[in-house]
Amino acid sequence: MNVSMTVNGSVQAITVEPRMTLLDALRDELRLTGPKKACDRGECGACTVLIEGRRVLSCMTLAVMHDGQRIGTIESLDHDSRLNTMQEAFIEHDGFQCGFCTSGQIMSAVAMIEEAKSGWPSAATEDVTRPFTLNDLSAAEIRERMSGNLCRCSCYPNIVDAVTEATHGR
Amino acid sequence: MHTFTFSRAADPTTAIAAHAEDPDLAFIAGGTDLIGLMKDHVALPQHVLDINSLPDMSAIEALPDGGLRIGALARMSDVAADVEVRRRFPAITESLLFAASGQIRNMASMGGNIMQRTRCAYFRDEDDLPCNKRRPGSGCAARDGLNRLHAIFGWSDECVATNPSDLAVALAALDANVIVRGPRGQRLITFTEFQRLPGNTPERDNVIERGDLIISIEVPPRIEGRSSHYLKVRDRQSYEFALVSTAAAVAMDGGCIRSARVAMGGVAHKPWRLTAAEAALRGVSLDDIEAVKKAIGLSFVDARPLAQNGFKVELGRRVALRALQVAGGRT
Repeated sequence: MNVSMTVNGSVQAITVEPRMTLLDALRDELRLTGPKKACDRGECGACTVLIEGRRVLSCMTLAVMHDGQRIGTIESLDHDSRLNTMQEAFIEHDGFQCGFCTSGQIMSAVAMIEEAKSGWPSAATEDVTRPFTLNDLSAAEIRERMSGNLCRCSCYPNIVDAVTEATHGR
Repeated sequence: MHTFTFSRAADPTTAIAAHAEDPDLAFIAGGTDLIGLMKDHVALPQHVLDINSLPDMSAIEALPDGGLRIGALARMSDVAADVEVRRRFPAITESLLFAASGQIRNMASMGGNIMQRTRCAYFRDEDDLPCNKRRPGSGCAARDGLNRLHAIFGWSDECVATNPSDLAVALAALDANVIVRGPRGQRLITFTEFQRLPGNTPERDNVIERGDLIISIEVPPRIEGRSSHYLKVRDRQSYEFALVSTAAAVAMDGGCIRSARVAMGGVAHKPWRLTAAEAALRGVSLDDIEAVKKAIGLSFVDARPLAQNGFKVELGRRVALRALQVAGGRT
């Protein structure tokens, strides 16, 4: 089937089988290898990309379901060869070891901050009936909101530090 | 994944007709459950019909009477974040936020959430172990196997699995309704009747039939709604199914319980309403812990734990007590 998506700002027309996941289409058809294929079952978060600005798991959706939509991968984060604030923070805080989960962690974190800015509560929020603001985005909130991204090197404390700095500054 | 054909639904009527006519056709919305089942060869539809573009099925409406109408295609994260859902029925928001991960909640639809298969590790296993749900008549490997995570209420020798939906527990406690449209028109299904106990036909998780399309979930106004709470206990702090969970909603009369609604997850093939406890809690002081415990205990008289999950009986009683206390403003 023919699918046309705006990937990282440019329109891409590809022909795929219906069974091809968005992840496989990005990696194998469009050669964007930032999104990683690890569990391929929606358990690890390494394949996290943005669809219409929202973080999703590209391994758990079909490419043909996203005709006409905007997709963002880690390859779109830097501008003029300068890294995004979140990428800088991960380097600064040593937020990775092997690096395989990192692109998913960073894409998830970037979108997670937007969710918090929009006032979304989480399972770590004491009282969901009250408004949530970015100031409420504590380390406990970050850990809960990032729980869909696993790191087998267990760099979690450094990842939380990186996301904290990218959110609130030093 | 196996091969299949894919198309997009133009309108509800043709989608319903296509589903009614073809037993090998599956609707897809968020896809987070169906695609996993397809990858594991549990679901093998020959045709996948994308219903995401059906109109007017994503709205989250705060109704003037104090209730809610939530479109079947609304995403879990949008419903959880909705200010009126949070204000009117905090247990619904909490049940959604304690489920899955941020990425999955952004994808998964409300209709798909309540259609999740009741399952266990044997159901999903890639080896062909016995599972009556997956291959009717093959037996239940969990009945005398690894059953720590399984049911303590309402199970049969054919199936001892538990339903994974957190949302379903909150909807059961609040007596929500599911609005379904089928080939013969629209009907309302009371949520407590929506999912099934396994009996002799564990392959049927719910009362949905071929050609049925879930349109919306309606939550009637409840005086207990604002004082509702969802408590989930699990092996991991986040991104894990419940060992035991409870949705509790209470209306207070001074310090006494005027009415209580309590449903439990992780203990049966469907959310388990503690009806005996609800009746006994009327008029009981929420601060009289022994009396509240005694009332809750009435709903555990018929608990039938399996070899490895006896702990769920005591854990269930404690989780129910705690959920009631928090719902009633005791911290």
